[in-house]
Amino acid sequence: MAELIDALAVALKAGLGFQAAFFALLAIGLNIQFGYTGLLNFGQIAFAMLGGYGIAISVSQWGLPFWVGVVIGIAAAVVLALLLGIPTLRLRADYLAIATIAAAEGLRLTFRSVSATPITAGTRGLSGFSDPFVELAPWDTAQRYSILGTRWSGADLWVTFVGWVLVALACLLVWLLVRSPWGRVVKSIREDEDAVRALGKNVYVYKMQALVLGGVLGALGGMVYALGTASATPDQYQNANTFLAYAALILGGAARVLGPVIGAMILYFIIQFADTGLRTLISNGIIPENVLSATDVAQIRFVLIGLGLILLLIFRPQGIFGDRREVMLDAR
Amino acid sequence: MPAEPTPTGAHALSTTGGAGSAPQRLAQAALRDLPWEVGIAKPDPAIVVDGVVRTFGGLTAVSVDHLEIQRGGITGLIGPNGAGKTTLFNLLTGFDQPDGGTWSFDGRPLGKLAPHQVARLGVVRTFQLTKALSRLTVLQNMLLGAQGQKGESFLRALVPGTWRAQEKANTEKAMELLRRFKLDAKKDDFAGTLSGGQRKLLEMARALMSDPQVVMLDEPMAGVNPALTQSLLGHVKDLREQGMTVVFVEHDMDVVRDISDWVVVMAAGKVIAEGPPESISQNQAVVDAYLGAHHDAALTIEEEDRVLAEAEESISREEHPDDLRRPGRPDEKGTDR
Repeated sequence: MAELIDALAVALKAGLGFQAAFFALLAIGLNIQFGYTGLLNFGQIAFAMLGGYGIAISVSQWGLPFWVGVVIGIAAAVVLALLLGIPTLRLRADYLAIATIAAAEGLRLTFRSVSATPITAGTRGLSGFSDPFVELAPWDTAQRYSILGTRWSGADLWVTFVGWVLVALACLLVWLLVRSPWGRVVKSIREDEDAVRALGKNVYVYKMQALVLGGVLGALGGMVYALGTASATPDQYQNANTFLAYAALILGGAARVLGPVIGAMILYFIIQFADTGLRTLISNGIIPENVLSATDVAQIRFVLIGLGLILLLIFRPQGIFGDRREVMLDAR
Repeated sequence: MPAEPTPTGAHALSTTGGAGSAPQRLAQAALRDLPWEVGIAKPDPAIVVDGVVRTFGGLTAVSVDHLEIQRGGITGLIGPNGAGKTTLFNLLTGFDQPDGGTWSFDGRPLGKLAPHQVARLGVVRTFQLTKALSRLTVLQNMLLGAQGQKGESFLRALVPGTWRAQEKANTEKAMELLRRFKLDAKKDDFAGTLSGGQRKLLEMARALMSDPQVVMLDEPMAGVNPALTQSLLGHVKDLREQGMTVVFVEHDMDVVRDISDWVVVMAAGKVIAEGPPESISQNQAVVDAYLGAHHDAALTIEEEDRVLAEAEESISREEHPDDLRRPGRPDEKGTDR
């Protein structure tokens, strides 16, 4: 029993940790794009990668100040959004989906390729760029702190704190936007582009704004992740993360301001709890070794999450915060 | 283009002369003495179409040589299925680009304009398949129609103070329109929960939020029950009273006869006739292309005999290959059936 409580504590820490903030930022970006505007961005992780590497390359390869790295990361995400959006946003939604999924995988493979090694250090990745960030912490980062029965290093706490501040600011931004006439236009675009065009709105510009904004939030998420892990390797940015962020968004409820945040927390909590919980059960012999071995846990937990998502979509398709009436309109 | 409290269409009235007194008569009176010819020049055209051609592969969907649409009148656009009416609508409103030709609104060329630019000039349209924005409330649907909203720019959206007053004025205007269209009780319902007829009403009301000068309605009465049709007709007539130019596509000839000042008939992409509604049923080209083909009245015995005789005659011609009109025969067979 004590082990399970420990597993719960570990999972709780994970649900509040910088990884959850990372997924929350990715999912908030997707919420603007998919939840409100109806854009299918299947390569959100590419924006995160540009954000993370923006800092990593600027600081450890080019020796630039930390803040310049932040600006470069954001600028790179904006450029990627424009490059993806200019050719595809005049077309049907699926073209953006194809372009983004290809870009995410293509960028990751480029960053880990041999020819890019002088800049990105290939598969080994970059590290040692997070010190200027850690130095900004207002508390002693060398010490360990205990919060709600979980223990954090000072540096972790700082990254996590900054991550959640960014999440809060992003939520405030989304909240301001979606209750304004701007939000009304993008929601209408999600419903029917042509109707919006016929009413004199430049749909293309709104879709571009949503794509860029969501991409920048993704880049911020990538920065949090890179700073949290203190390294940037291409394989951290597998495109599966995009779909985990989608899972968080749907779990919390799309087109709701807090949906992606709560979704990310719960998702990361479940991932970690399934992992530690299963390992505990196996090491205690409650689950026999021949049924499930500790090495299988990493895969099995995703099976469990998939199962959970299926049940969610059957019994609560609107997610935690969604409005069932709204979701059911499409089923009519 | 800032939103104006009074309909901008109202000033179109003064250009046609009368200040409010039965303007629908004005358009009718202006069109009364025109000859019933295809491509005839109107006294005060709002929209002029010249040589617009649109082909899809080998199919010429629209090929209109010259067409003028009278300002402040209701112009009905009729024609059998596939005549190119909706394609012409799409071309005029920028939703589709033609292979060639020019068209203008108020003397301003509309070619190469994107749909939203056309709409900003004051030409709004509705769609054959109603485009209610399902997951927005009825009131939000209406507010979307308002033009020149400050809060629709990304940065100003973040400062509610810059757009709140405008939003309030727009809401009042929207509620007034909703009351006119008897949708005010539904203002907080999702548009997706409305019935088909109510969606048509909502779409028309939403188009009016933009203070249009030209309203193009694509089959506004399709799928609407007869009681609601009457109220929709009333609303369309109201648009004319307010000085707007109305172009509408419709299949129901009773509706067309009832409200149009001028009727344009299309078939196979071309304008085959135009004139006042009473002229249309007398027009042989129209009867051939449209009314005859789709007339659902039962054949009289005499007509049936005549058709039978014609058929027999064509069969007998087929059996006698030395017939003089041999080259034309396959075509004739087609039309006889």
